[in-house]
Amino acid sequence: MPSLSGPLPDPAADAGWEQAQPRKGFFTDTSVCIGCKACEVACKEWNGVPDDGFNLLGSSYDNTGALSASTWRHVAFIEQPRTPAANTVSLGMPSTVKPGEAMSPDSATDFRWLMSSDVCKHCTHAGCLDVCPTGSLFRTEFGTVVVQDDICNGCGYCVPACPFGVIDRRIGEQGQKNVGIAQKCTLCYDRLGAGKTPACAQACPTESIPFGDLDELRERAAARVEALHAQGVESARLYGESPDDGVGGSGAFFLLLDQPEVYGLPPDPVVPTRDLPQMWRHAALAAAGLLAGAVAAFLGGRG
Amino acid sequence: MTEHQAQLRAEGRLDEPVQSQRGALDRRRKRGGRRRRDEHQMVPDATFTSYYGRPVVKASPWEADIPAYLFLGGLAAGSSLLGAGASLTDRPALRRAGRISALSAISLSFAALVHDLGRPSRFVNMLRVVKPTSPMSVGTWILTGYGPLAGIAGAAELLTPVAGRLPAGLRPPVRLLGRLAGPAGLGAAVVAPAVASYTAVLLTHTSTPTWSAARKHLPFVFVGSAAAASGGLGMLLAPVSEAGPARRLALGGALLELGVEHAMEASMGITAEPLHTGTGGALLRASKALTAFGAVGSLLGRRNRVAAAVSGAALVAGSACTRFGIFEAGQASARDPKYTVVPQRERVERGETSGA
Repeated sequence: MPSLSGPLPDPAADAGWEQAQPRKGFFTDTSVCIGCKACEVACKEWNGVPDDGFNLLGSSYDNTGALSASTWRHVAFIEQPRTPAANTVSLGMPSTVKPGEAMSPDSATDFRWLMSSDVCKHCTHAGCLDVCPTGSLFRTEFGTVVVQDDICNGCGYCVPACPFGVIDRRIGEQGQKNVGIAQKCTLCYDRLGAGKTPACAQACPTESIPFGDLDELRERAAARVEALHAQGVESARLYGESPDDGVGGSGAFFLLLDQPEVYGLPPDPVVPTRDLPQMWRHAALAAAGLLAGAVAAFLGGRG
Repeated sequence: MTEHQAQLRAEGRLDEPVQSQRGALDRRRKRGGRRRRDEHQMVPDATFTSYYGRPVVKASPWEADIPAYLFLGGLAAGSSLLGAGASLTDRPALRRAGRISALSAISLSFAALVHDLGRPSRFVNMLRVVKPTSPMSVGTWILTGYGPLAGIAGAAELLTPVAGRLPAGLRPPVRLLGRLAGPAGLGAAVVAPAVASYTAVLLTHTSTPTWSAARKHLPFVFVGSAAAASGGLGMLLAPVSEAGPARRLALGGALLELGVEHAMEASMGITAEPLHTGTGGALLRASKALTAFGAVGSLLGRRNRVAAAVSGAALVAGSACTRFGIFEAGQASARDPKYTVVPQRERVERGETSGA
């Protein structure tokens, strides 16, 4: 019986891989994200993901809205009232002000941008994988979680199971590619097999999406947070990095500059499977109660 | 703010600062009236942050098929228990009603299950694996065991009375069916309780806030609902002289359902809110009224055929409302980020978890 929750050093081995590869993942560093959406585009192009509608959502520059069956990378744009700018460092960017001349307070922007490229977390304990009744969702040798398109029968159970709201059943005309079945990021399983970097990480112009061995990424992330704290960016924190969290740590984790829910992420995600043994016990007890009740209905009383 | 931004904001195209703080619990006071004690008075008003008010978790893509499947599965399970008990205690009319109801309900529920799939033609892929971590896989195997047994017992009841009119070649198989009906009906009754209770785990083993928070109680609500529905159908179909066990099963089920549901709502904190509001709330209010009415009627309908039939029908309808109500409440809880963010943020603030 594979483990259901808690820290797990090697999910691929736990899933039965005899020659498991080092676990791969993304460290999405939102502090250097510029919101260019190259990751969204590269993902669509490489994976042949169809459009998700061409909508203007009125939410800053975000017109994709959320991760879905046809959006496997989603760049969130958050505009916030500007916090005191004591910690900013001049990058010497071109401006309309002559060098040396102070900018008037009125010309400063009154908000700050937060941009974050969201993606499937490839959880250590993946709710979607646990509930899949066909075995279509599986753990790869890289420790990632992937849908096998030719096996999924579109039962949709993975959709409410995911604590992050990532996976979804593709909507569209029957007969079009993978309509009716569950779809999400594969961490470019095909590219990984060929020793290549996933499309989004490859395309990112600011290296906001480092890809690599999870152990190494965790070290880099810890160093990056330390550096940001040293520069006075106290709000920098890691999300999904800790193996002690409710999903046993994510393969794809993040450096955020505000609380997770600001970015549309759950503050304390827990894999539903953690409580499954308890649920089965309660169900067994209820079933026994029904049987006993039926017996009593026949034994107890007249008529 | 630039002139362009000012224009956009005036046109409503540029959002106001995103961290909207909303009173999460303010709607609570509208409902409940005098009857219900306010279990939530100790909970302070919560505020929460979201990304443009969008959902954090995704609602299931399931439609009416799935709550119909939950209801019909429960109805079939209880009917099999009644059929088997009636066969052992020599109540032919109740036996016949139970077995035929079970066959009809499980056939319809199976059809609903397959229809809900994104790729119905791939239903058989369910049989590739046996996965204890997937309630849907477990349920598929429970149904694979239960379906044929309930099918044999039900088919025997349908065909045996008309055996004389069948062509001579078909009579031996029908006789065989008749001889298998007893053991098959008993077998179905042994598996039936699992059919009724596993569907609760199907809902609670998700990240849907209202379903997940109901995980300790929902199996008991569902078996109560199954007993009430099948007992009610027995009261509707069998003569009062034979329907005693159906009345007792219905009454016990109705009381269990109403009692446990009350305890469940009290234990769920903010995630109980969708059980009182919107479509889910309306369905659950209807469910409680119908179930209570049917329970009282089951006591009064011991002699009167009409009273038994009316209260039986009310119990069947009440059970259907329970399943659709719980289903709709869960869907609503997934669509509103409040029910995901507030309980999780509270866990983090209380230090119960390291957070993500």
